Parts: sequence; C-alpha cells; structure tokens
Amino acid sequence: MQTLRRKDILGLEEISAEEINLILETARSMREIMQRKIKKVPTLRGRSVLNLFYEPSTRTKASFELAQKYMSSDSVSVAGSSSSLVKGETLKDTVRNVEIMGIECVIMRHPVSGSSHYLARNVEASVINAGDGMHEHPTQGLLDMFTIWEKKGRLEELKVVIVGDIRHSRVARSNLWGLQKMGAEVVVSGPPTLMPPDLDVFGVKYCHDLEEAVEGADVVMALRLQKERQESGLFPSMREYSELYGLTPHKIARAAEDLLIMHPGPMNRGIEISSDLADGPRSVILEQAASGVAVRMALLYLLLGGTKEQ
Amino acid sequence: MKQLFIKGGRVIDPSQNYDQVADVLIAEGVVEKVAPGLKAPSAAEVIDAGGMIVAPGLIDIHVHLRDPGQEYKEDIHSGTRAAAAGGFTAVASMANTDPVGDDPSMIGYVRKKASGAASRVYPLGALTKGLEGIEMAEMGRMKLAGAAGFSDDGKPVMNGMMMRNALQYAAGIGAVVIVHEEDAHLSAGGMMHEGTVSSVLGLRGIPSAAEEAMISRDLLILKITGGRLHIAHVSTAGSVELLRRAKAEGLNVTAEVTPHHLLLTDRLVKNSGYNTNTKVSPPLRTENDRQALWAGLLDGTIDAIVSDHAPHHPDDKDVEYDFAPCGIAGLETTLPLLLDEAASGRVKDFNLPLLVDKLSCAPARILGLPGGNLKSGSPGDITIIDPDRDFIIDPDKWYSKSRNTPFAGKRLKGAPVYTVTGGEITMKEGVVAERAARG
Repeated sequence: MQTLRRKDILGLEEISAEEINLILETARSMREIMQRKIKKVPTLRGRSVLNLFYEPSTRTKASFELAQKYMSSDSVSVAGSSSSLVKGETLKDTVRNVEIMGIECVIMRHPVSGSSHYLARNVEASVINAGDGMHEHPTQGLLDMFTIWEKKGRLEELKVVIVGDIRHSRVARSNLWGLQKMGAEVVVSGPPTLMPPDLDVFGVKYCHDLEEAVEGADVVMALRLQKERQESGLFPSMREYSELYGLTPHKIARAAEDLLIMHPGPMNRGIEISSDLADGPRSVILEQAASGVAVRMALLYLLLGGTKEQ
Repeated sequence: MKQLFIKGGRVIDPSQNYDQVADVLIAEGVVEKVAPGLKAPSAAEVIDAGGMIVAPGLIDIHVHLRDPGQEYKEDIHSGTRAAAAGGFTAVASMANTDPVGDDPSMIGYVRKKASGAASRVYPLGALTKGLEGIEMAEMGRMKLAGAAGFSDDGKPVMNGMMMRNALQYAAGIGAVVIVHEEDAHLSAGGMMHEGTVSSVLGLRGIPSAAEEAMISRDLLILKITGGRLHIAHVSTAGSVELLRRAKAEGLNVTAEVTPHHLLLTDRLVKNSGYNTNTKVSPPLRTENDRQALWAGLLDGTIDAIVSDHAPHHPDDKDVEYDFAPCGIAGLETTLPLLLDEAASGRVKDFNLPLLVDKLSCAPARILGLPGGNLKSGSPGDITIIDPDRDFIIDPDKWYSKSRNTPFAGKRLKGAPVYTVTGGEITMKEGVVAERAARG
C-alpha cells in the first residue's frame, strides 16, 4: 500500500505532482465507498481526529466529519467560538491539551496565514490545513482538481480560468499551484486591486477582460466575493463588479463547448455567478461538494492508514 | 586615583583617523592618553589587549528598554546588561513605554534608574503627546530634564503639519528629531514586505512605498523648516536613493540601518515557515534592497548602524504570525554579526574602521553625545574586540530578558571581550560585572 511520506498537508505549493496523483487515485476508490448503501469501512477504526475550526465553515467541516465517520475514526470537533481561544488560551496550549488525549490528526481552519505551519511545528499529530488565512486551502484545491479530473479524464493541457478575488483567496492559491503542477494552464481575471502583488510569482497569466480570458477555456471557476473588499475601497460597488466580472452566459460565450463551471462556495448568486449558470447543465458545483468527502477520505487514509497497529 | 591601562591593542578611532597599535590610559573615568609605548602607572589595572581591537565605546542610539510598563519583556537593568554584554557602553532609549516618555518626569525616571547601570542610558523623549501625532510633547522641558532627542518611534507622524511644527520647534531648542517613516494607510494590516513572498504566503504586505513616501514628505518639510532630522531604520533601496539625493543637496539629515535589514531578506519569512522572529517593523525587504543598504552604508548615505533592540517575551512571539508583535532583539548580536561580515569579506570595503565609525563615532555625532572618540578628556568608554573569536548566537545565554532573534544558532567570527564604561569594566569575556556601578 502506498502512503504519503509526510506528516502534514499544509499546502499544495510543497506537494509534488506524484503525490497529487496518488491522492486523486485514492479519492477515486473512496468515492466508490461513498456510493455504497452502507457507507462505512473500518480502515481508521480506533484512530482519533480533531476538527478545529476557528472560522465558520459548512462544506469543509461537514465533509471532513463525514469522511471521518465513513472511515470509522473517532473524532471531536471544536469550533472557534466555543473553544478556549476566547478565554485567551493559545493555539499551542489548546491543541497540546487535546493531543495528549490521544489525537493523531488535527484538521484546522484558522484566519491567520501560516497558522497551520505553526501548529505542525508544535505538535506530533499530523496537521491538515483546512484553510489558513489567505494562504492555502489545499483540500479545496485537491477536490477541485478531482472534480475536473473525473469530468475531463485529465488535467494536463486544460485551460482553467479563475475569476475574482485572487488576492485574498486561499482557494485560488492552492488551485494555482496544484493545477499548474498537473499540467493545466491557468489564467486569472478580475479587478487589478484583487490580484496579489507580483502575480508573476505564481506563473499564471492575467487577463483583465473576462470574455477574452475565457476564450477556449475548459474550466471557469468563480471565487466568492466578500462585501468587506468593497468597503475597504478595492472596487467601487457590487453591481459594477457583477457587471464586469460576474459569470453570465454572455460572458462565457467564447469558452469551450464542454466548459465546466465551478465555485468553491458559498455562492453570492447574481454577483460572482448568475443562477442560470450555477444551476445549469455545465455546472459541477454540487459535484465539488461531493468530491470534497472523497478527497478528504483519501487524505485521512494516506496520512493515518496503514501505520501503527497494522 | 583609579586608572585603567589598556595595553598593546590595535586602537581604532575613526574620528581622528587613528589606527595603530597603542596603549590607552584611562584615569578618573576619562581618557587621559592614547599613544604607543606608554608606561603603565603602578596603581593602574592593566588589560592586555594584544591582538585585540580597542575602539571608542559603541553607542546604540535605537533601543527599546520597555521600562516602565513592560518590564516582563525588558527593563533598564536587564537591557543595560545586555548592552554591556554586546559591547555597548551607551544606549539611547525610545519613548514608547507605558506610560509614554512624553513628560520630563519620565525622562527623570529613566535617568535615575539608569544611574549606576551597566551602560549609559540617554533617554529620548516623545515628539508628540502619547505618541498620538496630534499635539507636540513638551520637548523643551524634557530637554532640560536630559532628553537626548525626540521620537515617536514605533509610530509615524501621519499629519504633515504636525511634523512641520515639531521639526521647526525642535530646531529652536537644538534637538534632533528621529522619525519612523511609514505611511500607516499604505502599510495598514501589513505583516511583511509586499512582494512575491508575501503573495505566496498570503500575508498582507507593506510596500516599500509606505516608507519612501514618508521620507519624501519629511525631506521636503525639512527644506522649509531647517533643523535636524534623523531617519530611523532605513529599509528600502528607494529610501537610500532619496537620502543620497537629499544629502547631495545639502539637507541636514542623517540615517541609520539595522543589522537585520543589512543581513536578511523577506525570503526568510517563507524559509523559516512563518517564524515570528522574522516579523519586524520595518519589514525585512528584498535582496535588491539589502544590497542598496550596504551601498548606502559604504558611501556615507547611511550614517550609523543601530540594533533597534525590540525585546519581547518568548510567549509574545510564540503565537500565530498575525498575532505576534514586531521586533528583533539585537543588543547582544549586533556587534558579532557585523564583525563576522567584516571578517568574511562578503561586503567589499566593509572593514573594522568603518564598523567602529558606524557603531560609535557616527551615533555620538548624530545625537551630540559625549564619547564616540578617544580624544583626551573624552569619557573612558572603550569596547575591546577580539576579531578572531568564535561566537555562536545563543539566546538562552542572553542578559536580555528576551529571546527574539532570527539569528539564533548562527556561528560567527568576532566578539567583544571587554566593555569599559567610565573607566569601569562592565563586561569581561562575555560576563557582565555583577554590580556594574559607575561613579
């Protein structure tokens, strides 16, 4: 059995194409388990996982918890609001106290970039980054790639366009690294104020004009736009954003016939994506959510499975 | 009469272009004579400085002693002992204490607590009340109480009119104004230098323009007001260029740089895995900036080197990157780091006389402090350096209460072996005198 020879999953920047392939292949067999009537395998029986969420999450948290249940691990979930963080306990103390109870893997979402690196340095347990600030959201990147791979049968030489707030997006960063490692071409579009400084470092092309950006695209992914970006003066209004950068049938007219439309959620319908696209035949937005469970099962299996007792 | 005789060292006093093997006699706390072949008075304590460098005492004009208010990070006692351990005979302490050093009583507090401490302390007063940048602090009264200059360091003065008035007023009382140059709107929320590394790490960036825009503004204001402006911790290539032009125009401006900006870049934030000891204000910049800082130091655009000693308790730094305070503690690393640079030859023309000038003569000149030279009658402040000594940066052995350095574990060549302040040995072979009292 193959496993990932690493303790933590902190970001896709540091993960190789071979590792990504292994994760995707494994996710495919996990998806098979999900399609069974009895969705439960004993693979991680007796193993303990902590879900530590310092930011709200629906999809990521639910899919991690389901992945753990389907694989028979024992898990506890601690939310930021109900955790000791508000009492002034440090992250390190919180996790060390739970680790001593027998936790072998910590899934963490945290508002500060780099906090999963900090945590990984300070605990023996495996750490899976479930989103750290504006840095990375590697499991989202993996599930996006898995969704595309399942639909298209490949990732190499696909043209993927990511639209919106790249600058503040951990989802975008993980996808930029992951997709390009797997041979896809990535183009980003959106207002210049929502692009990271020195975008060239990611090796992607930037195209201000969305219609031009999606020319011949195989995949277009809209990112969630947060109201606070407008309030901090990065663009003038939500309606202007929607008019210039919102995905509509008209704006994606020049894309490939079999275009996939994606969104990591949660969606602002009518702002970054129109409902007819989000709910239309080319949308794989719900498949993304399903892929999330398979990919997270795969990661838990590859990080925890086959060690210790076995 | 108490005498100290320092025998046979290479005496370097750049203020007099003096560089030769000589003896130094200190009597009653002041330099009496420097010359080769002196005879040691029979009552004098003798230090054999053969093979060593004997320099005028090093002066660090940018230090945060955290006293009063944050004594758990550092206090005047621990900070001055750290200074002595690092080869410094005097420090200038910043006013961002709690309460803020914006009142003559605060200047008096620091001076009183520092009397008899392991190094001299020259308190700097706040430029504006509460460091708020709104109302001028009582600079005149603080100067009478012994303030060595004025600064809101840690914070910029965002209001241009406030800066104009403060500079103009300070000129009237003959005081130096030290400025922390940062446009707080351009740097808002920033955790590190804005560039490729910040983009990859997903940390909010502080663009070089945040510093350069404010330096530009203050150089333009200086043209109107006259007076003495000193730019703290210059960090970008653009800032060096602005200062170079201003000096060519004859503006009365000086500038300083820190060892961490001379030696490290923003890449370390990534390579260290978001180690919070890389978080500092201004932030570590790029290799291009680093090279420009050295060029500026060598051609005289940058006058002095300072540690910007910003001690923090280990707990304060042992948190997520955004939550950690800015600052690097430098009193016990600055001299060895620079000695190692001089020894390595990595920077062409960075030699020991230049090092002594940047760490002793220039700082004294900038603030108009006694010392910074070995002229007869000057304070008996001496730093004796072994340029060949192997030295490892080990924060666990510091005299400072802090441990925050990105240089931990670094192996260096060169270290101070004696620190002498007012004719008293405050540090010998790395050990600070138990009771380093001075008369």
